[in-house]
Amino acid sequence: MTFSPQLEQRFAKLLTRYPEGRTRSAVIPMLIYAQDEVGAVTRELIDEVAKRCKVTPVQVDEVVGYYSMLHRKPQGKFHVQVCTNISCLLVGGEELYEHAKKKLGVGHKETTADGQFSLEEVECMGACSWAPAVEINYDFHHHVTPEKLDQLIDGLRKAQ
Amino acid sequence: MAELVKLNIDGRDIEAEKGALLIEVARQNGIEVPAFCYHEDYTLQAACRMCLVEIEKTPKLQVGCTTPVAEGMVVRTDSDIVKKARKGTLEFLLTNHPLDCPVCDKGGECELQDMVFRYGAGESRFVERKHHVDEKQWSPVVYFDAPRCILCYRCVRACNEGMGVGALGVGNRGAVSEIIPNHDDHLECDECGACIDICPVGALTSGSYRYQTRPWEMEHVGTICTHCADGCKTTLGVRNDEIMRGNNRDRSGINDEFLCIKGRYAFDFTKHPERLQSPMLRTANGHEAISWSKALDIIATKFSTVKLAGGKFGVIGSNHTTNEENFFLAKFARQALETKNVDHHRTGDLATLFDALSGKNNALATSADLYNAKAVLVIGADLSQQHPFLAFQARANVRHHNGHIYAVTTGEVREDQQAVASVRVQKGGELAGVESLREKLKAEGDLVVVFGDAVQGDALRKLVAFGDSLGIPVKYVCLVDYSNSRGAFDMGVTPKDGGLSREEMLAAADLDVLWVVGANPLKNTQLVSKKAFVVVQDLFMTETAKQADIVLPAASAYEKSGTVTNVCGEVQKLAQAIKVMGPKTDLEIMGLIAKEMGLNLGIWLPEKVFAEIRKAVHGYDVSPAQLAVGPAATMPLNGRVAALPGAIQSSGDTLFTSGSLTRYSEILNSVMEAPGQLYRGKGQ
Repeated sequence: MTFSPQLEQRFAKLLTRYPEGRTRSAVIPMLIYAQDEVGAVTRELIDEVAKRCKVTPVQVDEVVGYYSMLHRKPQGKFHVQVCTNISCLLVGGEELYEHAKKKLGVGHKETTADGQFSLEEVECMGACSWAPAVEINYDFHHHVTPEKLDQLIDGLRKAQ
Repeated sequence: MAELVKLNIDGRDIEAEKGALLIEVARQNGIEVPAFCYHEDYTLQAACRMCLVEIEKTPKLQVGCTTPVAEGMVVRTDSDIVKKARKGTLEFLLTNHPLDCPVCDKGGECELQDMVFRYGAGESRFVERKHHVDEKQWSPVVYFDAPRCILCYRCVRACNEGMGVGALGVGNRGAVSEIIPNHDDHLECDECGACIDICPVGALTSGSYRYQTRPWEMEHVGTICTHCADGCKTTLGVRNDEIMRGNNRDRSGINDEFLCIKGRYAFDFTKHPERLQSPMLRTANGHEAISWSKALDIIATKFSTVKLAGGKFGVIGSNHTTNEENFFLAKFARQALETKNVDHHRTGDLATLFDALSGKNNALATSADLYNAKAVLVIGADLSQQHPFLAFQARANVRHHNGHIYAVTTGEVREDQQAVASVRVQKGGELAGVESLREKLKAEGDLVVVFGDAVQGDALRKLVAFGDSLGIPVKYVCLVDYSNSRGAFDMGVTPKDGGLSREEMLAAADLDVLWVVGANPLKNTQLVSKKAFVVVQDLFMTETAKQADIVLPAASAYEKSGTVTNVCGEVQKLAQAIKVMGPKTDLEIMGLIAKEMGLNLGIWLPEKVFAEIRKAVHGYDVSPAQLAVGPAATMPLNGRVAALPGAIQSSGDTLFTSGSLTRYSEILNSVMEAPGQLYRGKGQ
């Protein structure tokens, strides 16, 4: 499996960051970076990461199964993550998530038919001070209300 | 001697090695600390929380399996708080565990069942729905029932560390974690079943044993596996003269918990429908069943006539039959038939090795040496495929003693994973490969050299000379293929003193009688002599049996007693697991032929023949008492050994083949990995 030169460069650097014989430490970052480029954690990607980190494919599988931020299926172009953990929940996180479901017409870990949006109910993202929080791809949005979420989503739709 | 510390467990003052694990120290002193995930051969997991103990001045309970003992430690394993913790742990383990013990294979020998009975609460406070997942079949051998799993990771570690395969992992997390196979919905692995045996509960079950019987309905017979030459002990569960399963859960025998697919499952040839049940005589209409008395009469008359006329005999023995049978056959041929034409399919150059080691003591390695030596050098063999137990020993050596493995092979082997140096050579270039490791090997404390049929004759002498030149203690293992290949050689089933080799017998145009006991020499070779009267003793209608004038049905190794000698020269006792109606043991058949011929070759009971072997075969003076408790190392010869004529060639069996027996074992043929291929490294 081949990646872009930038990603290859990143991987090369990554593997030097750990003590000798500990290449397995690179499994998680490698998966995260590769997922962004490939679009999902495919079987092929798992085998490739296993080879590069000198572990068995099933050991990479274990990691993929454990971490919810690693997706086996492609996400929407905009991956909307709504926190419903305790701090966000107390200030309307749950309502926000329900609103998002209606707005996008999809449920947890589902993608819209046009492939533009996917939704995920997530646990604490560490943005408690600005709850309720929503993360779209890697961008955080704070003090989100249903109206603000509509604007965000509509804005992204228009930008297409 | 390591530093000792004094500690107190349950009011008893105990001295233990500093750094030893608390759970081990307690066990060594007769104090049971219950645990599921702890297994002394593998890495620590501390997953099950069953071994919680109370340690004075430590605020919380600690897990005994990862806590090293320290000076002045005061431990309680039986206090109320510990008992309460165990109860709680078991209650948690049972939250999603189905209460299907009455239909579970493990019922009656389940560690969870035992623990709950002993330490658990009578009832559960959980009223929530149990998380259910349907059972999955991962291979013809392995089934997985996720709800029963207690996530102790024993199977994962056994597969990864013990077998070096790493086919199992744990997917998902939290309450929905479950064991996953390496290929989404199925396993591609050694199919050894180690994961099933090591499972403390009924989560992993075996395709051949599941729902067949209850453990307490079986008798358990510890005997030696009849397939490869490693001589693993397999404990056969027998019910009504039918073998239900093979395992080594009691970890007796040289192989500890190790067994491969052949040892655990490939006993099924014993009940194959094509098994010969009565003597057969070749007639114009093919083979017809005849009585034993008629068959013996025909054979005895023919043997006597040919002997009187000074005719030519050819006798081919087996590398699967017992020492007693081989010894009796060699004696029969030499004394009664007065022929030197005795041979068997030789798969390793034992004659040259013994000759080259003449005058040296302690130069033959035992299976334990592979585990204890500082270094192991593997030459010209795919050890994990051809000698899975020896490979397991070498892996365990690396794991427990930081031993060094060196591999000199023609292709990729599993040993490469752990080897400090792997050298790829062309066939015939093995010695040059070994030479390139000289400096590294010199630096080792001691060495075990394991070599296949690629090293024979002069090359083998050069290898021994190389070993001598290293200046360190070197021991050797000459790899041979089958369960008693080594014994057949030691018992003198060889063309020594000028006899014809196997190939020469088959090629001799004037051969009058060919007597084949448990071998299949005509599989790929033509018998040249048209007049030869062929007698074959075998379990099945092999290519050789098809050409026989008389075929006699023989008992398998699981149906007789006697001794066999493994690849490392360790003599071990077979125990008869099942009785058979039609076939007879080869020893009995030979005894009856002798009787019919009016010969006196001694009593044909295994014990009596072994008593003769003790006197007659150098290095086999092993007392029956010693044999009864385990293997005995032998040093068969210590003097010059003349070279033997004939070819030496390994059959190149893999994990999933076993010579002629392969085709009669359904289980070996049912797995997707079969028939396997040598030198493909780890990838199946």
